[in-house]
Amino acid sequence: MGFLALLVAIWAVASRSGDRFLFPGPDDVAMALRDNVRSGLLPRAVGRSLARLAVGYSVSLVVGVALGVALARVRWVKDTLGAVVLGLQAIPSVCWLPLALLWFGLGEMAIQVVVVLGSLLSITLATESAVNTIPPLLVRAARTMGAKGARLWLRVILPAALPGIVSGARLGWTFAWRSLLAGELLFISGGLGQVLELGRELHDMALVLGVMVVIVALGLASDHLLFGGLERRVRRSWGLDRA
Amino acid sequence: MEPLIALRGVTKSWGGAGSALALAPVDLEIGEGQFVCLCGPSGCGKTTLLNLIAGLESPTSGAVTVRGAAVRGPGPERTVMFQESALFPWLTVQRNVEFPLEMAGVPAAERARRVERYLKMVHLWRSRDAHPHELSGGMRQRAAMARALVGEPSILLMDEPFAALDAQTRDVLHGELERIWLETRKTVVFVTHNVREAARLGDRVVMMGTRPGRITRDLAVKLSRPREANDQDVTTLAAVIERELKIEIEKVIREELDDAWTPAGGGLPGAAGRDLGGGI
Repeated sequence: MGFLALLVAIWAVASRSGDRFLFPGPDDVAMALRDNVRSGLLPRAVGRSLARLAVGYSVSLVVGVALGVALARVRWVKDTLGAVVLGLQAIPSVCWLPLALLWFGLGEMAIQVVVVLGSLLSITLATESAVNTIPPLLVRAARTMGAKGARLWLRVILPAALPGIVSGARLGWTFAWRSLLAGELLFISGGLGQVLELGRELHDMALVLGVMVVIVALGLASDHLLFGGLERRVRRSWGLDRA
Repeated sequence: MEPLIALRGVTKSWGGAGSALALAPVDLEIGEGQFVCLCGPSGCGKTTLLNLIAGLESPTSGAVTVRGAAVRGPGPERTVMFQESALFPWLTVQRNVEFPLEMAGVPAAERARRVERYLKMVHLWRSRDAHPHELSGGMRQRAAMARALVGEPSILLMDEPFAALDAQTRDVLHGELERIWLETRKTVVFVTHNVREAARLGDRVVMMGTRPGRITRDLAVKLSRPREANDQDVTTLAAVIERELKIEIEKVIREELDDAWTPAGGGLPGAAGRDLGGGI
């Protein structure tokens, strides 16, 4: 916290010595933020972005975990989709945007495609490796205790893989967030990315920096609230971290 | 009378047909209530034999039967304890011990009663809410023992369950296992490479050799119980078993190292007159 205050102080001093217009200080940025919160522009944009993220990320999580499990345990899925998944991972998510725009038009569907494709594969690969690295002894022991079929999956394999799946989900979240902002910045109306673009068009550097501060704050907050505690709790009760 | 467990002409090879046998044709009968130790050097197939009885592996040829019925996969009347506890790290000790009962569909009230009984039997009732990683190695094996017993199987299969523990903890757990066995009279098949452990625990010690894995000797142990690790009789018996196994163990070492290795005490080959006074 103290370190953060120091950074803001350095920023304030630095902005005084330069061009206030191109390099506004923390006070200008705070003012821009206040104005745009009051006008409702920022809250609306944040709400819009988070709603999009929630939809796209949920799809990614469900499909990604299912696909990862299938890749790890079903031979023919690995043989067919395995190479495709690895190959597609090489494509930065925003590169899907032109294709998505042509297919789905300038709308919600296109941005969801970008968000899903941006985060799905990292969740898939993390889940696959989590399931693959389960100690085989646990599965053998479970079988001697009469666990098989769906119950072996739900009660043993998925819980055993959970720490890895949670790490993958966390990674997927940051990828989804980045894909969303890139998409919004480039083409799609509404959302934080567009406010950023608006700031550039109006030469309102205070607004541009303000939105960037909001992006950082949201990223940190969501990572902490959604995943920080969850990951720590899982790792601790799985015995992966010493309490 | 039909023995509880019977293996007839059982072989196992890991490759396809025609590859080397990990287990030569083995015949073995184990009667109800016996405590049988399978003892031999690494690579003799003792763990494979145990896994065949457990139903975790299937024989290449021959038949494994329990109460006359062929073994097809694992079953609740045969539980297994491994060298590592194989407890589920995400469950507490209590939930771990409850797990096989849940799989068997035992009602909740009965589950609670049984879990309490067996956790008290292994003296872990006070640690019931701990997670496995909070326990010592010995406590984890106690929990694994409770989990193996809680379903009240007729056969308990143990694959070097105490091999990773320090000597003192192992001694204590030998005593506990013997006490529990005397109390419950399960049929126990206990795999070990430790001859003292075999002599300390078994009613019967089945010795095995390598290349291919096979039974070399089947020794009945007629010592009274409870036994002590330092009983003269146990020590003597361990020495007997060790001597028997030595030939097999040397065979393994010779293959793992090279031909230059010579067994201790053998002197120099063809050099009886040049032993540098070793016999003084």
